[in-house]
Amino acid sequence: MGLTGIQIFQMLPKTNCKECGIPTCLAFAMNLAAGKAELSACPYVSEEAKQKLAVSSAPPIRAVALGTGDGAFKIGGETVLFRHEKTFFNPTGLAILVSDDEADDAVDGKLKRFTELSYERVGLILKGDAVAVRSVSGDQAKFSALVTKVKEQTQGGIILIADSAEVMAEGVKVCADRKPLVYAATADNADAMIAIAKEHKVPLAVKATDLESLAVLTEKITAAGVEDLVIDSGARDIKTVLHDQIHIREAAIQKKFKPFGFPTIVMPFEMTDDFMMETLYASMSIAKYAGLAVLSDFQGQNLFNLLLERLNIYTDPQRPMKTEQKIYEINNPGPDSPVMTTSNFSLTYFIVSGEIENSRVPCYLAILDTEGLSVLTAWAAGKFVGDVLGEFINKSGIKEKLNKHNLVIPGYAAIIQGDLEEEVGSDWKVHVGPREASNIPAYLKDNFGS
Amino acid sequence: MGIDIPKRSYSGAIRTITVGKGEKSFAVGGETAYPFYTFEGEFPNAPRFGLNILDIEPEGWAESLLEVYGDVVKDPAAWAKKCVDDFGADIIQISLQGTDPNDKNLSAEHAVEVVKAVAAAIDVPLSVWGTANIEKDTEVLRAVAEAMDGKRLCIGPVQEANHRQIGAAALAYKHIAVASSPIDINLAKQLNVLLGNLGVTDENILIDPTVGGLGYGLEYSYSVMERARMAALSQQDDRLQFPLYCNLGVEVWKTKESKLPDHENNLGEAKPRGILMEAVTATSLLAAGGDIMIMRHPEAMKLAKQLSKEMLAS
Ligand code: SF4
Repeated sequence: MGLTGIQIFQMLPKTNCKECGIPTCLAFAMNLAAGKAELSACPYVSEEAKQKLAVSSAPPIRAVALGTGDGAFKIGGETVLFRHEKTFFNPTGLAILVSDDEADDAVDGKLKRFTELSYERVGLILKGDAVAVRSVSGDQAKFSALVTKVKEQTQGGIILIADSAEVMAEGVKVCADRKPLVYAATADNADAMIAIAKEHKVPLAVKATDLESLAVLTEKITAAGVEDLVIDSGARDIKTVLHDQIHIREAAIQKKFKPFGFPTIVMPFEMTDDFMMETLYASMSIAKYAGLAVLSDFQGQNLFNLLLERLNIYTDPQRPMKTEQKIYEINNPGPDSPVMTTSNFSLTYFIVSGEIENSRVPCYLAILDTEGLSVLTAWAAGKFVGDVLGEFINKSGIKEKLNKHNLVIPGYAAIIQGDLEEEVGSDWKVHVGPREASNIPAYLKDNFGS
Repeated sequence: MGIDIPKRSYSGAIRTITVGKGEKSFAVGGETAYPFYTFEGEFPNAPRFGLNILDIEPEGWAESLLEVYGDVVKDPAAWAKKCVDDFGADIIQISLQGTDPNDKNLSAEHAVEVVKAVAAAIDVPLSVWGTANIEKDTEVLRAVAEAMDGKRLCIGPVQEANHRQIGAAALAYKHIAVASSPIDINLAKQLNVLLGNLGVTDENILIDPTVGGLGYGLEYSYSVMERARMAALSQQDDRLQFPLYCNLGVEVWKTKESKLPDHENNLGEAKPRGILMEAVTATSLLAAGGDIMIMRHPEAMKLAKQLSKEMLAS
């Protein structure tokens, strides 16, 4: 992959005109090499240099965009094997399957769930990404009718699944403007599927029978000029699926093996009839490298858990997740309820709010913006200290809502008690709470229980 | 056409640790490649799956957990037996929640009595888990270690602050110290060094990396475990070459999502939701290198075990 700073510097005008906002061309080149600058910031690079740089900085696994508008999402574009080495970028897209041999009300239920099942977490909306529409009957009209329905009733990405190029062509016609994924070109139908993908400028899935045949097929298809590919080695048992996912990712990243430089698609719905095991196959595929996973159905119980796992695995390890600074109400607090306090490190927030809920004691929970640091680290960094926390409490307007003014600080921040008392004034009583969240229920029951 | 698939060469292996005594004792560890990378190394011992019981009747547990166990939750020995006989647990972890000084504060004698009764009721290995209170665990776990002399229990959490006392007890009475550190690879390593200095030999240590449940810090544990495996297998970090003990059930089943009623907040049916929450957590931790998985719902355990079996199938 990447060129060195010096190699990039050779391709710049070396005029040090500063228009890029950086004092010298050399410094700009160094920033570019380190991924800290965008090539477009320099108006004077030649077309030739632009092309060379684009190729050299292309990720070893192509990023493929699916869907349009609010339903658009990207898969692939990954650069590492293990999340701690940098981060995983584009979360595994989760798709729900509908087939043209399914009863109408079953399909309607699925499409409804696809749209309605969404979850708010750390300020993000978690939901499924695509509907996979499968031709089972082989009937063109049936397929395009179902595709039309999906297109009209949902906003997300669309994956079209059909073996026959004739059937596929009908389906694509209906929804080409939604940028569907065509699944799949195989050794038998590749030419016809290539033609469809080219005509409608849509991404194409490639399905083989093993890694070897997959490499042959993707080579052929890229040579024919289709570059937005999503690849499937054809494995349908979890052991081989896992191995293939690992081999594909490692060959692409470590060996720059071009035929595997694409996001993958896995098919848990074809691997078992057991809904629970299917969820586990999808779970393993989220941890290990799948770009897309197609599930037989979305129910709260499978989708929510897979979305949480995906959120966890794809969280940037360098950047702590933060919760919004505000005063949260837990268990319907009233004027006599205490005000608990903690940092806005998301994990802290989840755990503390969960324990307060468990206690069933009505509370306010004041979350201070500590830039995602935990209480102890934030205290050390001067962000969870008496005057900052006090100011937040004073300005929040919480005081006016209360008859009793009890403020509880985390045990680890006991040292800020004096400063905080000074800042909030003598109307408040500042208590030192437990150090560990697990002791919160007992603490609340003993001190503020009814 | 030739496919250029990279092949790692590993320089280390995970130690093999034998847990328990007698016919149903088992070995864990021994793997020579990253988790389930069977194309690169040996996996002589599959991950093991255990169920987590308490020394007192559980309070505030999810409906589906109470339902699956029924009345036996009132009697730890009967509970443990059911976990083995009906649900096929490889190991039982008894958590001594009743000894928590912030709660019931039951005595070390109580703990010894319950542990003895449980041990007598089952033939699989037993793990005894404290409340993570430094002083109380020191007292309780030492008493348990002595009373169960030679049984090769897993004893934890052995933390830095009480590793001397509990480590010495494990050493004296031939148990396995489960070395527990707060989601940090360097602290995990450090604790193993300290235990070694104390004389606890390498056949008697397991690592508890501290696991977070799904949506509650899973990602931190996941990466610490992956890094520990890489250090152990690829960087010959001999102080991290121990099997990983994942105490995940307690983490999953204390979350509010595991307890909400059917269909609240779009979360689907409560029972399968909770089971999948635990099974998906287990799947992720298995992918990161878990060797012993301590769970709470028998169905979640069964699913995770099935997955592990399929991924190691020959
Ligand atoms: S804008 Fe281009 S030419 Fe000008 S200093 Fe920056 S890199 Fe050099």
